[in-house]
Amino acid sequence: MTALATVPTTAQDAPWRPRLGWAVTDTVTMVRRSLRRTLREPDALFLSVALPVILLLLFVYVFGGAIETGTQYVDYVVPGIVLLCAGFGAAGTAVTVAGDMTEGIVERLRTTPVHPAAVLTGHVVAGVARNLLATSLVVGLAHLVGFRAAAGPQEWLAVAGLLVLYILAFTWIAVCLGLVASSPEAASGYAMTLQFLPYLSSAFVPTETMPRVLQVIAENQPVTPVTDTVRAWLLGWPGADPWVALAWCVGLLVVARTVAVVLFRRHGRG
Amino acid sequence: MTPMVEITGLRKAFGSTSVLGGVDLTVDRGSVVALLGPNGAGKTTTVHVLATLLRPDAGRVLVDGLDVVRDAVAVRHRIGLTGQYAALDPLLTGAENLRLMARVAHLAPHAARARCAELLELFDLVDARDRLLRTYSGGMRRRLDLAAGLLGRPALMVLDEPTTGLDPRSRNDLWQVIRDVVADGTTVLLTTQYLDEADRLADRIAVLHHGRVIADGTAAALKRQVGEAHVELVLAGGAVERLVTDGSVGDVRRILADVEARGLAVDHWEVRAPTLDDVFLTLTGAPVATDRTLQEAS
Ligand SMILES: Nc1ncnc2c1ncn2[C@@H]1O[C@H](COP(=O)(O)OP(=O)(O)O)[C@@H](O)[C@H]1O
Ligand SMILES: [Mg+2]
Repeated sequence: MTALATVPTTAQDAPWRPRLGWAVTDTVTMVRRSLRRTLREPDALFLSVALPVILLLLFVYVFGGAIETGTQYVDYVVPGIVLLCAGFGAAGTAVTVAGDMTEGIVERLRTTPVHPAAVLTGHVVAGVARNLLATSLVVGLAHLVGFRAAAGPQEWLAVAGLLVLYILAFTWIAVCLGLVASSPEAASGYAMTLQFLPYLSSAFVPTETMPRVLQVIAENQPVTPVTDTVRAWLLGWPGADPWVALAWCVGLLVVARTVAVVLFRRHGRG
Repeated sequence: MTPMVEITGLRKAFGSTSVLGGVDLTVDRGSVVALLGPNGAGKTTTVHVLATLLRPDAGRVLVDGLDVVRDAVAVRHRIGLTGQYAALDPLLTGAENLRLMARVAHLAPHAARARCAELLELFDLVDARDRLLRTYSGGMRRRLDLAAGLLGRPALMVLDEPTTGLDPRSRNDLWQVIRDVVADGTTVLLTTQYLDEADRLADRIAVLHHGRVIADGTAAALKRQVGEAHVELVLAGGAVERLVTDGSVGDVRRILADVEARGLAVDHWEVRAPTLDDVFLTLTGAPVATDRTLQEAS
């Protein structure tokens, strides 16, 4: 058969790019794959956007009347909803990663020279993109239901930066959960913990209203400083804790990414 | 010249269960070797070690002279693996899947494009190129899977049960494609549960049983041991007798005349080519009436 022999290039003889270059092209390749998959599952994409919107309406119109925060509740709650969305989006990524690991394509990819982190980075970038889409929608809708920010462009930019970091960190944590889970269903279960965090923070009610034990927990987890900082920057309220918020996000991001890559390399290696 | 694959004393256990108990296997350049064994023999485990997916517990595994543990990345540049289960992205089209695999095999972009087009043509998937993989039939999936393994023009192609679960027609198509790949000079290691598949495709057959190679030789030598074919008699009482034959009309006639002369009450009978079962009966000397019958007949 001559058809197989017409293109002279072979993978083993023509390393047409140095190792570091491969890491970059591999990442671009895997990001494109993950984004494409996102577009091919419109119902999943729709849900990942619709749920946060429903939650916003639920909190503003159903719970809002009964919760006393000393301000307009919609102003108080929007930053919290945004962080809750991040948890939802992350759960989606955990399920996607777990599914990918069981479908066999990842096994195939691991027999190729593809850079191991690239496969995961693909999932993370697509996950963050879905998340930011949902976040923008929620913030847009918030304005329609009465949210009024006092922030200028600079503050908005700072908030966007902090949120991207927060979403990145939680998406990498979700990747870890997806890698240790034995099935997409299990991953979805593990990811519940991420969705739970905002309830135990200042996201929906001031921490001072909680029992002492919960208050300690709430004040020493990432969601509280991030919410407080976003709130302070957007509304000009006191209570910003930008360095603590930043430290949490960067710390979690670095740890989660490192753990994820190790888990991926070890996956199924017996 | 060093062999393409050199496995010596390969051991692998999962927890306390030993799966491979010292596998030795050599695959010469340009040859086709079939690893024949029933479900659970350790075929996939062996293939996964070879493809750098699993770390061996003991033993040495070399591909093209490179150690699969120490030189994993170099080994990955030399092999193409088509697993037992289709391993592509169901949410991408056939063409997108191939392009993805070409990129991660580190083909240059222009070469990747040409190679994908070429393989789609060769595997008769041009019409289906823009359909999502999840709409493909089993046979089409296997063909695309094989194409994906061949993208990087691997020196060694590893096929894990390439036709298990396919209908006879798709199986025939796939056999033809594998023969084309072989004719192109690619070294192939394939695993199978079917003796006839190993016989049709491979120069050499290694029989894997409970994590060890219990026979290794040409298909002809194996068949000489097992018998070309046999007449299987199901007696009125339900007992089964197998009588070795060369399959010729004269020989079968002689055997049946013999059966009649012995006055056996035969419920029904057929001429059967040997199967994996027969190989194992012969090689492991399983205590079945068949052993005696085989000797009697020869
Ligand atoms: N990851 C694993 N953990 C535990 N046992 C395994 C694992 N993979 C395979 N086995 C066991 O090893 C044996 C051989 O499996 P395998 O190599 O898949 O056989 P084959 O491919 O020949 O059917 C089987 O008994 C199987 O249950
Ligand atoms: Mg198997």
